[in-house]
Amino acid sequence: MDYFAQQLINGLVLGSIYGLIAIGYTMVYGIVGMINFAHGDIFMIGGFIALITFLILVSFGLTAIPLILLVVLLVSMAITALYGWTVERIAYRPLRHSFRLAPMLSAIGMSFVLTNYSQVAQGARVKPVPPIITGGYTLHEGAGGFVVQLSNIQIIVVITTVVLLALFTWLVSSTRLGRDMRACEQDQTMASLLGVDVDRTISMTFVIGAALAAVAGMMYLLYYGLVDFFMGFVAGIKAFTAAVLGGIGSLPGAMLGGLLIGLIETLWSAYFSVEYKDVAAFSILIVVLIFLPTGLLGRPEVEKV
Amino acid sequence: MSANPAAAMQTSRAPGVAFILKKALISALVALVLFSLMIGVRTEAGSDGQLTYWTRFGDLAMMVATVFGGSIVVELLRQWWGPVGTVRIVPPQVTSALSLAGRLVAPVLLIFTFLVPVIFYNERYILDLGILVLTYVMLGWGLNVVVGLAGLLDLGYVAFYAVGAYSYALLAQSGIPYPHVSMVPPFVHVDFLQLGPWAFWVLLPVSGILAAFWGVLLGFPVLRLRGDYLAIVTLAFGEIIRLVLLNWQSVTGGPNGVSGIPRPTMFGIPLSPGDDGLAFKLGIEFSPTHRIVFLFYLILALALLTNWVTIRLRRLPIGRAWEALREDEVACRALGINTTTTKLTAFATGAMFGGLAGAFFATRQGFISPESFTFHESALVLAIVVLGGMGSQLGVALAALAMIGGFELFRGLDQYRMLVFGMAMVLLMIWRPRGLIGHRAPTVFLERNQAISSDLVKEGHG
Repeated sequence: MDYFAQQLINGLVLGSIYGLIAIGYTMVYGIVGMINFAHGDIFMIGGFIALITFLILVSFGLTAIPLILLVVLLVSMAITALYGWTVERIAYRPLRHSFRLAPMLSAIGMSFVLTNYSQVAQGARVKPVPPIITGGYTLHEGAGGFVVQLSNIQIIVVITTVVLLALFTWLVSSTRLGRDMRACEQDQTMASLLGVDVDRTISMTFVIGAALAAVAGMMYLLYYGLVDFFMGFVAGIKAFTAAVLGGIGSLPGAMLGGLLIGLIETLWSAYFSVEYKDVAAFSILIVVLIFLPTGLLGRPEVEKV
Repeated sequence: MSANPAAAMQTSRAPGVAFILKKALISALVALVLFSLMIGVRTEAGSDGQLTYWTRFGDLAMMVATVFGGSIVVELLRQWWGPVGTVRIVPPQVTSALSLAGRLVAPVLLIFTFLVPVIFYNERYILDLGILVLTYVMLGWGLNVVVGLAGLLDLGYVAFYAVGAYSYALLAQSGIPYPHVSMVPPFVHVDFLQLGPWAFWVLLPVSGILAAFWGVLLGFPVLRLRGDYLAIVTLAFGEIIRLVLLNWQSVTGGPNGVSGIPRPTMFGIPLSPGDDGLAFKLGIEFSPTHRIVFLFYLILALALLTNWVTIRLRRLPIGRAWEALREDEVACRALGINTTTTKLTAFATGAMFGGLAGAFFATRQGFISPESFTFHESALVLAIVVLGGMGSQLGVALAALAMIGGFELFRGLDQYRMLVFGMAMVLLMIWRPRGLIGHRAPTVFLERNQAISSDLVKEGHG
C-alpha cells in the first residue's frame, strides 16, 4: 500500500509534466487542425535553455534559489516561446492552405531540425545537473521500513502546474486573445471577417504552447536532473497520447490525459517492467483511439463528403 | 494568377531596399535571441560529472550574420520570382520537348540501372550505393501503395521492414519450426527444418507473408481512424515493434542484434570461393564483387517486381478501390466499396513489399539490430514517397535517388546530415508540397488520355 501511495505521487508529478506539454498539442490541433510534431522538441529546447540559464546564473555567484528559479523560468519561457513562434512562421504558415499532408511532413522535418540542432550546438552527451531543490516531507513510515515521501520539488511541480493551468484557463475563457482563439477554432474565415487577426492568433497559440512546454522542460530538468537532445521525441509522443486520451481540442482533457498517462506509466514501471513502459504508453494510445476515438472529454467529429 | 507577371513584379519591388533591410534586421534579431544561449553558450559535463560551460560568441555572431545575409538573399529571390502563384507561360515547343524527355526518362533510367554493375564493376562504393538506392526505391514503391494509392498516411512503415528482416534472420539461423508427434512425452515436439543454401529463397516469401500478416494486424485497429490520427497510431506501432525488438533479449538479441545471417545463394549455389561456389562451377576466378553484383540484380529484380505488381494492381478493381478510397472515403462507402477489405489489402500489400525489402536488407548486411529500424527510416521513406509526388512510380524512384544520393554527399558532415535532411524536408514542403512530379496520368479516363494536375486531387485523407 505504501509502495502504491509513493508510485501514485510520482505518477501525478510525471503526469503534470506531460499535461503541460499536452496543452500545446491540443491547442494547436484545435485551431490549426495539425499535429505539431515538433512540439516535443520545443519541450527539449526549453529544458536546455533552463539548464544554460541556470549554469550562467550560478557561475555569476547567485545563491538565492527562489530568485534563480524565477529568472530561469522567465528566460526559458521567453526564448522557447520565440522558438515556437519561429517554427510556426517558417514551417507551418506558408503551408496553411496547402494539402493536408504537407504541414505534417514539414513538422516532422522541423522536429529533425530541432533535435539535431541541439545535438550539434550542445553535444550528444546527457547533461546532468546536481539536485537544486532538496528536502521534503515524510508522509508515512510503513511497518516494513518503507517510507512514503513527498519531496519539495514534487510539490513545486504540482503547484506550478496548477497555477499555470488556472492562469491559462482564465486566458482562454476571459481575455480578448482567448476569445479570438476560440473563434478561430470554430471558423477561421468567419473569424477573420469579424475582425479577428487569424495569423496573429495562430502565432500566439504557438507562443503560449511553447511557453508551457518550456515550463515542462524546466520542471523535467529540476525533477530528473538531466536533459539530452533526444528526450523530446518520446516525451512528445506521450504528451500527444495524453492529448488524444483526454480528447484533442479540450484543455481540461489534456491535463486529465497527462495525469492518466503519467500514472499508468509509473504504475506499469513499478509493477510490471521498466523496459516496456513506453510500449505500455503507446499501446494505450492505440487502444484509446480504437475504442474512444474522441477521447474522454472530446467532441465527436462529423463526417462530411 | 496574375495576368501580367511583369506588373506584379513591379508592385512587389516597390518597397525597395529599406523594406528588405528592415526584414533582414528583424530576422537577425530573432536569430540573435534564438541562438544566444543555445549556440553562444556550450555546456558539457566534465569528467567528475560537474557541468561546465564556455562561450562561443564568434559562432553566434557568424550564425546571426548568416541569417541576416540569408534573409536578404531570400527576399531578393522572392522579388525576382514574383508573387506566389505567378503563372509563367512556357512556349509549346518547350512543353512538348519536356514531355518527350519525360517519357524517355523511365526507360533510359532502367537501362542505365541494368548497366551499372557492368560500367562500375570495379567501383565497389558505387555498387554499394546503388544497392542502397534500390532498397529505398523498393521501400518507396511499397509505401506508395499505402500512402500514394490508398491515401493512408503510414508513419510506421519501418516496422514491416523490421519484421521482414528479423523473420529472415531468425528463421535462417534456427530453421523453420514444425511440430511432429511421437510416443515420447510431451508427444508433440517441435523440430527445425534446416534450409541450408536455399534459406534465402524459401524465407524470402515467408518474410513477405509474415510482414503482410503484421500489416493486417495493424490494419484492423486503425480501420476507423483517419488522417493525422492514423499517422500517429502507425508511428506508435512502429515504435512498439522497435522497443519489443530491443527488449526481448532472449529472441532478438536485444541491442546486440542478430549477426551471422546467412548470405544469399544463386538458387542454391553459394557465391563463395569454395569448390561448390559459383565461381568454381563456372570456371572463373573468384571475386567478392560477384556477390555485390548479384545483390544488385537481386534488389533490382525485387524492386521491379514491386513496381510491376503495383502497376497491375492499379488496373484491377482493388487498385481502383484504393484510389477511390484516397479521394473520398465517405463517398467510397456510399458507392458500396468495402472499405475494410480495401484498407486491409492496401496495408498488407505495402507491408509485404516492406518485408521483402527487409529480408533483402538482412541478407545483404549479415547483421541487423533495432538501430536500423528507427523512426528516421520511416520518415525518410515517407519523404521519398511525398517528394516523388505520391502515386507516381517514376517520381518515387527519382526521389529515392535524389534523397539517398544527397545523403551520401553529406556523409562527411556526419552530424549535420540529419539537420540538413530536416531542413530539406521543410523547404521542399514549402516549395513543392506536391512533390517533384506534380502530374500523373489518371488510371481511368474517358476517350482521351489527359494528365490531371495533382493539385486537383485530395490525398492522405485516410
